[in-house]
Amino acid sequence: MCLGIPGKVVEIRDDGPLRMARVDFGGVRKEACLAYLPEVQLGDYVIVHVGFAISQLDEEEAMKTLEILRMLDPEGMDMELGSMVEEAAPKAPRPPAAAEAAPAGPPPASGPA
Amino acid sequence: MLRVPGSTTDLLSLKARGADVRIVYSPLDAVRIAAANPDRQVVFFAIGFETTAPANAMAVWQAARLGLDNFTVLVSHVLVPPAMCAILESPTCQVQAFLAAGHVCAVMGWTEYEPIAARYHVPIVVTGFEPLDLLEGILMAIRQLESGRAEVENQYARAVKREGNLQAQKTVFRVFDIGDRKWRGIGMIPASGYHLRPEFARFDAEERFDVGTIHTSEHPACIAGQILQGTKTPLDCTAYGVLCSPQKPLGAPMVSSEGVCSAYHAAGRGLATPRAVPLFELTRSEP
Repeated sequence: MCLGIPGKVVEIRDDGPLRMARVDFGGVRKEACLAYLPEVQLGDYVIVHVGFAISQLDEEEAMKTLEILRMLDPEGMDMELGSMVEEAAPKAPRPPAAAEAAPAGPPPASGPA
Repeated sequence: MLRVPGSTTDLLSLKARGADVRIVYSPLDAVRIAAANPDRQVVFFAIGFETTAPANAMAVWQAARLGLDNFTVLVSHVLVPPAMCAILESPTCQVQAFLAAGHVCAVMGWTEYEPIAARYHVPIVVTGFEPLDLLEGILMAIRQLESGRAEVENQYARAVKREGNLQAQKTVFRVFDIGDRKWRGIGMIPASGYHLRPEFARFDAEERFDVGTIHTSEHPACIAGQILQGTKTPLDCTAYGVLCSPQKPLGAPMVSSEGVCSAYHAAGRGLATPRAVPLFELTRSEP
């Protein structure tokens, strides 16, 4: 019951007074209420719990966590996360055009395993 | 929820016998069911820690906005910080550090944990739910213990801010008050649960249906309370894997997959290996 799941906001609409979204969880799309994250935009990652988005994922912080984990155990880390790490945490800053074009996968270490 | 044992039965068994018990994805779905069925009474089980409270509060808020008079909630919300204090106050306490549940803190933040860390001199690390998150959370707690620190640290920075989700907290406290709550397996803990505020009393299933005092008898073999407090493990329980399994749980830690007993069970810990049936027995029993 405690395990909220992160997903990507792919559609936003108003349902009466409530702002609702369709959120993609690695292919499975579910409805989520955005009442508690009014600033969320299309393409943002949110953690959804019992149909409510409760937290927006901070990509910069997710990258920092990945870097710490990588320092702890580089080989184990790469084995655990596979190619997702290479796509999401490039050593050099990504050119903005590429960043926009690439459909970012869920921030690693938080995507549904 | 459906498998949680009551005194004599559980909701899943009642559903199998024809009761209209439905599983919903969101509490708002229960409100929709009530709106679509004005001739029927819909009771939603509003349970959980601080994480589910914003969703349940919004369901009540919406029911009030729609003027529904056939929707009620049975509130059984519990709060983490008072339970941590109860564990730390216990003379048998063996807990040296806490991993604070990341999504509870995503809603409530961690300011409530700072006085606990200081008062009991116990490290508290706000931690996410992925395996690597848990490992890092444990590492951070151990580093605090080794260096003699007792602070609140945030491992789950990508999802949790110190103040939490203020918007969600605002709705929670519009709908709920804090009050005493009896914890299954543990007993009463003061100020450890949410109750509907008086202005939402008409949505309280306990008021509308006059259920009286609810007392659930718990199985005498179940040591869930001690397991929840960290003084016993599932392997100390005589019912574990015998009388009690995820299919037929006796206590809270066996009910949902993240419970301690359920996790032990899923990993096969302490379970007797199923006896292999010798081939000749099979052939002999054939006609």
